[in-house]
Amino acid sequence: MTTLQVLAPGLLTTVQDLGREGFGPLGVSPSGAADSLSLRLGNRLVGNLEGAAALEMTLLGGTFLFSESAVIALAGSDFGATLDDTPVELYRSVEVRAGKTLRLGPTKSGARCYLCVRGGFDVELFLGSASTHLLCGLGGHEGRALRKGDVLKIWPASGTHQRRRISSQVLARFAPRKILRVTAGPQGGCFAPGAWELLFSSAYRVAEESNRMGIRLQGPAIPTDSAGEMITEGVSLGAIQIPPGGLPIIPFVEQQTTGGYPKIANVISADLPSLGQLRPRDEIRFELVGAEAAHAMLLEQEALLASEEMFVP
Amino acid sequence: MRYNRAAMVTSTAGGAQFQYASDRSLLIYFGREIKPRAHEELRKLLCLLEREPIVGVCNLHPAYCSLLVKFDPLRLRHEQLEALLREYLSRLGTVNLPDAKHVEIPVCYGGEFGPDLPGVCELHGLTTAQAIELHTSTEYLVYFLGFVPGFAYLGELPPELVTPRLDSPRRSVPLGSVGIAGNQTGVYPFATPGGWRLIGRTPTPLFRAERDDFSLLSIGDRVRFTAISAEQFAELERA
Repeated sequence: MTTLQVLAPGLLTTVQDLGREGFGPLGVSPSGAADSLSLRLGNRLVGNLEGAAALEMTLLGGTFLFSESAVIALAGSDFGATLDDTPVELYRSVEVRAGKTLRLGPTKSGARCYLCVRGGFDVELFLGSASTHLLCGLGGHEGRALRKGDVLKIWPASGTHQRRRISSQVLARFAPRKILRVTAGPQGGCFAPGAWELLFSSAYRVAEESNRMGIRLQGPAIPTDSAGEMITEGVSLGAIQIPPGGLPIIPFVEQQTTGGYPKIANVISADLPSLGQLRPRDEIRFELVGAEAAHAMLLEQEALLASEEMFVP
Repeated sequence: MRYNRAAMVTSTAGGAQFQYASDRSLLIYFGREIKPRAHEELRKLLCLLEREPIVGVCNLHPAYCSLLVKFDPLRLRHEQLEALLREYLSRLGTVNLPDAKHVEIPVCYGGEFGPDLPGVCELHGLTTAQAIELHTSTEYLVYFLGFVPGFAYLGELPPELVTPRLDSPRRSVPLGSVGIAGNQTGVYPFATPGGWRLIGRTPTPLFRAERDDFSLLSIGDRVRFTAISAEQFAELERA
């Protein structure tokens, strides 16, 4: 059996897949990869189903030892990976021989890098998913971030693997965005026009205390006086909530399932993966689009993902 | 693009109102107040959707008087989903809700387990015994589970106990803490940040991956708290 041994865990490395949907009535949020697009691309490169369990590394990557030969792909941000001192390119399937060490460092671009392995990681599923839910200590590898000395099993894979990478033209179209497109949120109509103007004319900085539960923003406070009191309700992933202080909080993959802050807008589906690449102190802006445009952007992204032409030898 | 505020409420069906929430979710409101009637309608819709799932709907988030329906935008559009839901809403009259499950939760009040109990008593001019008597005298309805796995929003508190939440939330509330906020009460299933005033703690686990149904409580259940001593707490915790 092939295993991966954790020699150094990095800052926050967890097992993630595409999350567990369907347990909202229990108060369970989906969790899953913060940048689902990168996870999907990485898995496709090594010939996995796109939702196979992989490692999500945050800001600083780990060091890993492979017990047997394996095929891997790194996707997302550039963490300066090397395989026994040879640089490893992102978005390319790479054969790793038994006993080799993969070493990742601090990020050179965005917040997260994914290590996908042919076969996928074999962890016990919780509510049908391998993803780690850090807050409640469930799923993934023992419900927690990886530590030095952990050993993860890798599922065996059948068939042969064709080495391939993703074309740079396609990658350019998947590049994480700093101008996030949003549609109006369910309480959008309760905010004064001045609040809207402010949201779309200002730059916001990602606060240090942002994590997989939520992304907190710093910048001009959005006035909520006209939004009034609201009754707690279900919260969508990527909503732009405005708490009484006026600084937006965006609920993220490990979000609270319900909340009582008014939501002025919501990041569109096509741009949700970009949220997963935001680092503390990154500057972002918002741009309003209509529901039809948001849908068209998602269709375009999915069509690109579905095409085999994105792979080149 | 102008911010077309009037266009955001999509439409209504009977008493229910549809609202675009995101490009992959739709909210249904059963009125805009916390009312038993609205909650019953909501539960009936939830019940129907669990019995007869709609293809493309991937998650449901019930709350006091609303249901957030998340769906796969590659399989469903808002208008289609709304049309399907209207048909479900027209059948709510035929849904018989299961009998409420009654659950008792033992609580050790005050002391280190309930650091906010003295403040709550002071605010309302109550003795500790009176506050405990009030909290244990009421049967609460589980309005929904939300916030974190297994966290039940229970209502309503006796009016004498209605207390605003803390000005600034605690960074970490110990697991099992029993809190009050506004006219609600609830138990923290995990150590999480929280702004509710803590009056006690239960040794009963609220959410366990090993349980068949995971959560001790579910929407529509009835809950009563019973006071226990610190010794009983320790004993139950060991068991």
